[in-house]
Amino acid sequence: MVDNEPGVLSRVTALFSGRGFNIESLSVGETIDPTISRITLVTSGSPPIIEQIIKQLRKLINVIKVIDLTETAFVEREMLLIKVKAEAASRAEVLRIVDIFRCKVVDVSTHFYTIEVTGAEGKIEAILDILSPLGVEEVVRTGKIALARSKK
Amino acid sequence: MELSGAMILLESLKREGVEVIFGYPGAVLIDIYDELPKIGIRHVLVRHEQGAVHAADSYARASGKTGVVLVTSGPGATNTVTGIASAFMDSVPIVVITGQVPTEVIGNDAFQEVDIVGITRPCTKHNYLIKETANLAKVIKEAFHLASSGRPGPILIDLPKDVIKGVVDFKYPRSVSMRSYKPNYEAHPRQINKAFDLLVKAKKPVIYAGGGVISSGAHQELRALAEKLSIPVTTTLMGLGGFPGTHELWLGMLGMHGTYRANMAVAECDLLVAIGARFDDRVTGNLEKFCPDADIIHIDIDPTSIKKNVEVSVPIVADCRNALVKILKVIDKESTPRKKLVRVAERKSWLDQIEEWKKTYPLSYEQKKDGPIKPQYVIEELYKQTEGKAIITTEVGQNQMWAAQYYHFTKPRTFISSGGLGCMGFGLPAAIGAQLANPNAMVIDIAGDGSIQMNIQELATAVENKLPIKVAIINNQFLGMVRQWQELFYDKNYSGTPMTGAPDFVKLAEAYGAVGLRAEKPSEVASVIKKALKTKRPVLMDFRVEPEECVYPMVPAGAATTEMLLA
Repeated sequence: MVDNEPGVLSRVTALFSGRGFNIESLSVGETIDPTISRITLVTSGSPPIIEQIIKQLRKLINVIKVIDLTETAFVEREMLLIKVKAEAASRAEVLRIVDIFRCKVVDVSTHFYTIEVTGAEGKIEAILDILSPLGVEEVVRTGKIALARSKK
Repeated sequence: MELSGAMILLESLKREGVEVIFGYPGAVLIDIYDELPKIGIRHVLVRHEQGAVHAADSYARASGKTGVVLVTSGPGATNTVTGIASAFMDSVPIVVITGQVPTEVIGNDAFQEVDIVGITRPCTKHNYLIKETANLAKVIKEAFHLASSGRPGPILIDLPKDVIKGVVDFKYPRSVSMRSYKPNYEAHPRQINKAFDLLVKAKKPVIYAGGGVISSGAHQELRALAEKLSIPVTTTLMGLGGFPGTHELWLGMLGMHGTYRANMAVAECDLLVAIGARFDDRVTGNLEKFCPDADIIHIDIDPTSIKKNVEVSVPIVADCRNALVKILKVIDKESTPRKKLVRVAERKSWLDQIEEWKKTYPLSYEQKKDGPIKPQYVIEELYKQTEGKAIITTEVGQNQMWAAQYYHFTKPRTFISSGGLGCMGFGLPAAIGAQLANPNAMVIDIAGDGSIQMNIQELATAVENKLPIKVAIINNQFLGMVRQWQELFYDKNYSGTPMTGAPDFVKLAEAYGAVGLRAEKPSEVASVIKKALKTKRPVLMDFRVEPEECVYPMVPAGAATTEMLLA
């Protein structure tokens, strides 16, 4: 959770690049409090590295709170738009996969269908795997967002 | 009261207790300079913006106040980056105000425009671009709060010309509270008790103190702890003066060019008490071999410093003084005439071992009567004639290391040096800042012939402001420290290190209106220093020294701190 001010996202990403930490995905948006933004960031590293990353983030003046979701139960989602080849021969197969994965076709042309998928990591990996032999033309991803599960 | 941004800036600085601004004007700042003479804050005009930042940095270190810099946009701002980086590495409280082009042309590649906020993001504690005059007072209050609290650091405020000209109602905030910034000063009682247990159990303890002790004003508590439990003390370069260099428990500085006994004591201790220090690579040498058998207590106000480089048994996130006061309370409570906390015979054996190390490999050099002047001799003579009471600023390299080794500092805020960044050109403007903070003190910059040329233009600032600083140039006609590495590890391949073409420093001093003195023989050193100290004007002393002298001990890169090269 960070102050919703210009430049704050820059500070967070510069921290990672400046210290050689890696960002695997990043998503940011306003919260219900318009003065606070929420950044959801995926990174990896050994436990001492993760500890340093969390401490360095907390040290940034504009960072209000840092939560490490890895150790807790959480819900995560990511959305993708996938442009896949849909020639006469493979069209039906694409539609069948769309149906199985319960996603949507949001664009249609003679050669390509664009599919909108939302899901947790497992579902995303699976559909990309299945579609790959059919010919994936382009993919755009939002990056993961997540919330801790409520305590019972 | 309706005021312009320029007046709001100056009135706010006044309310923060600012007495000196180090600055250099420019196109976007003229409105501020127009109001400056009326406000009653002294403005010191430097000759290069880098000099302004180093001077403000040193002023802050010498006085404990926050240093203030005022420079213009574009090149004025970029010239401050080196100084800001040095203040950032050494955690010094300064506020740097840079003028900026008007908000409507930002991003348009305007004349003298740079994204200084973007450029200094990684080397400031925090920075601001002010877009509305209405926010100016609040930002200044925040800036001074951030600069001097928690772990201090440089704050940059980028101030566009239209914001300077804008007129709004001025009300200086009475207090500041930031939800995203709450440093922890109070040491946790459980951690204090754990630390106490380790302290009384230890057979061979060592205290390793750094710049944090000085920032925190904890030097008396440090001394009390050392004396009550008879623990020997070493400090980093930044910590010199935090413990008296003449005390019987003093080990000398530790690290790459630290004393033999300091490095050995740290290597063989069973308890290392780290106070306000960050386990920098100059101190630890090879991390895997650093302090192999010791428990470590680490007191630091910055949580990111703890467990960054070394595993720690008792981490204490707190202000140094706060933590030490609490530890001392426990010690006082637990020690009674019947229950002594120190096992005297055991401690004596540890201190005797340290004395043995000191006798075996003391700091040493040989000054022959008719040989070339030895650099160490110059430092020792300076120490003698100033009775150890001067404020010493240094440049970087061999001159800096010899100053740290041979001048024995007994008070905090008397040794001012660019430690973390190691910035040549720091010393002369630093001497100016320190002299302004302490008008009655003797201030001496110990320099090399390379370093002194990097900000030599600030001699004009010293002369113009009648600051009687002394500059001792250890002139070996080399880029000394690099030459030393080339001698020891690169077969004396002196590539890029011989420095001929330096000016006649005596004539140069006189050209600036200062006094120039030279010593070429050992017999001339004492009288040159005596004359300089008596002269109530800025003095440059050119000491022509042995060109190929090395700083010893030396821990080579990658080696353990016990693997020191000795003379």
